[in-house]
Amino acid sequence: MDFRFTDEQTMIFETAASFLAEVSGSADVRKNILTDAGFSDHAWQQVCESMYWQAILIPEAYGGLALGYVEAIGILEQMGERLFQSPYTTSAVLSTTLIERLGTDAQQERLFQSLLNGKIATVAYTTARPDWTVASLSVRAEETSESVVLQGECCFVAHAHRADIIIVAAMSSADTTSDDISCYWLESTAPGMSIEHTPSLDQTQPLGRISFDSVVIPAGQRLGGLGQAGSVFTDVLDLARIASAADLVGVAQRSLDMSVDYAKERVQFGRAIASFQSIKHKAADMMLKVESARSLLYYAACVADEWLAGRAASNALAEASAMVKVSAAEAAFFNAGTGIQIHGGVGITEEYDIQLYFKRARAGENYLGSPAIQREVIARQLLDLG
Amino acid sequence: MQIRFTPEDERFRQQVADWLAEHLAGEFAPIRFRGGPGDEHSFLDERKAWECRLASGGWTCIGWPEKWGGKNATIEQQVIFNEEYARAGGPGRVGHIGETLVGPTLLAFGSEAQCQQYLPEIKSGAALWCQGYSEPSAGSDLANVRTKAVFDEGAQQWRVSGQKVWTSLAHESHYVFVLARTDTASVGHRGLGFFLMAMDQPGITVRPIPQLTGTAEFNEVFFDDAICSAGDIVGLPGEGWQVAMGLLGFERGVSTLGQQMLFQTELDEIIRIAKENGAASDPHLRQRIAEAHIGLRTLRYNSLRMLSGGNDAGLGREAMIYKLSWSSWHRNLGKLAMDVLGPEAELIEAAPYELNRLQSLFLFSRADTIYGGTNQIQRNIIAERALGMPREARGTK
Repeated sequence: MDFRFTDEQTMIFETAASFLAEVSGSADVRKNILTDAGFSDHAWQQVCESMYWQAILIPEAYGGLALGYVEAIGILEQMGERLFQSPYTTSAVLSTTLIERLGTDAQQERLFQSLLNGKIATVAYTTARPDWTVASLSVRAEETSESVVLQGECCFVAHAHRADIIIVAAMSSADTTSDDISCYWLESTAPGMSIEHTPSLDQTQPLGRISFDSVVIPAGQRLGGLGQAGSVFTDVLDLARIASAADLVGVAQRSLDMSVDYAKERVQFGRAIASFQSIKHKAADMMLKVESARSLLYYAACVADEWLAGRAASNALAEASAMVKVSAAEAAFFNAGTGIQIHGGVGITEEYDIQLYFKRARAGENYLGSPAIQREVIARQLLDLG
Repeated sequence: MQIRFTPEDERFRQQVADWLAEHLAGEFAPIRFRGGPGDEHSFLDERKAWECRLASGGWTCIGWPEKWGGKNATIEQQVIFNEEYARAGGPGRVGHIGETLVGPTLLAFGSEAQCQQYLPEIKSGAALWCQGYSEPSAGSDLANVRTKAVFDEGAQQWRVSGQKVWTSLAHESHYVFVLARTDTASVGHRGLGFFLMAMDQPGITVRPIPQLTGTAEFNEVFFDDAICSAGDIVGLPGEGWQVAMGLLGFERGVSTLGQQMLFQTELDEIIRIAKENGAASDPHLRQRIAEAHIGLRTLRYNSLRMLSGGNDAGLGREAMIYKLSWSSWHRNLGKLAMDVLGPEAELIEAAPYELNRLQSLFLFSRADTIYGGTNQIQRNIIAERALGMPREARGTK
């Protein structure tokens, strides 16, 4: 048991901090918002070529670095701090882990080769009003011996309109029990599939909608057994929640830091507003929130690595994931919201960055399940089972 | 970074669990799960005897160096001991102030002679300690202590006069550590000394303070020319503040894990009741119970981060939030307990004012956000020391 980062991990995070400060300053973020992709192709290329972060969770056998979630969440925290715009979470964490868990040798070889070369993958599964579990699946798959027909529509697909590879979770029969869930991968150019960018409240993380209109793909593009993907998909969503929480911890930290810096400079009544107890106590509460979320994040990252190594049960992963998602989402929203209040009038202007953090915090609250949904996950474990 | 324990650690865990299963039974069975916060007055004689039993098994002060009777236990082993102690229902430790505060303070700041005089009695469970910090006009403003310590050259003794307040279990303690002014002309944190004094002497009078629970864990302690020897000052005259603050740093050590285990038994009790009385199907209470669970797990990982950073009295960011964090959590737990119990919570066990465990928790947890530095003071400390915001203006008196 050791709750410290190794020297190697610390080095990775320090490199990440300086790289992200360079490629994701306020001006970069604002410029990317106006582009079609919503992120900088050049920065993504650097991530994949110079930093090689897309390889962190890819096994060594396929050319990856085979590191773990502790490394991934440390980088994601820094990305949140800088509002970094990239498909990293959905491609290099969520999609990568699904492929690694479900894919055959040949599938992993092929798909990881693409991802290592900088191709982008994303995951589609939710309806328009999801509870973000597998109960929210909306695509139906009719499978014959050679091919599969996909029908349905998925919303809230991260970076959908710039993805090269789509992984879709679909029901193979009428009722949505997790026993009947299969995963498939498709090229984004597959005939019958239409992908649309759905502009979102948070301008830093693009979402999209994907319609499957009798899309026919070879049966060989199923990841995992027919109707067998439910439990893995559920667990990998928990891993994705931990990744999302890491981003939110970064958002919470930066919201605090920017607000404290502002309060130290802003003078009213002849003194810096940082000297007023009403402001100091708000800042202290912000630090309490972010440090609490960070403690849970480190725990959850360890559980994720234990799960990947086959040493942690699904319910332990679900508990850790729900806890950190609640804590990080609330820390980010509280800190960004309180940050606006500390900034005063300028906090609601377009010019200051705190508003961008506020929007990213709100998006993170929603994505993969709200705090209320996550608390209910915990409540079921505590009150309904055993 | 990883949460797994090594096979050696797991063997140590088994050893602790086996010993506790064997000894926390028979005459000690009634004190299982007793004596926690808000319940500190219960089974005192039995818990004192238990302290000696623990010591005889070598399970007191395990984190101390072997030279002083400890096991030089690693942080991991101390974590494990606290976990297993709580799992077994180990009662609130009457010796915890000596073991977790006085011992580490003497090891860090005390002389060899002081260690020789005081550590063995703490280790054996024979000596109980209490804390003489707060005074009527030195609460949040602790540096405003007015208790005086004057050195009597002839008798080679310190003579201490003044009043301390909020002293936990003073009437049960053998010793008290006292923050007192050695330079009577001084103000603030300069000119203080840190003294080790026997409680059983004519110059010390203890008066219990009845609390809202009807019990009296806290006391006023009056010093009227109370004495200690020339060798009973820790550090030099004028260095008392540094020693006193060093001691408070140890409060955030492994003992926090033991505290959390007691919290866990309270939360478990609330969950048990909720399942029984139907509160478990109320959507709002379900959310709050989940929130309480998340909060307690957060305290645990805050502690493990704090402990992994090293076993010193330094103030990391996560260490600074610890008091604010647990006190707010525990106070909310008290309210949750009442809301889960519902109308039933309004009826007490018996006249004149016998409360059940959760009623005591509800009332006594209001003290948590006040003693040991109020939540307001904690927020000032965080803002000033962790975030570098300007210090509060000080008055001239």
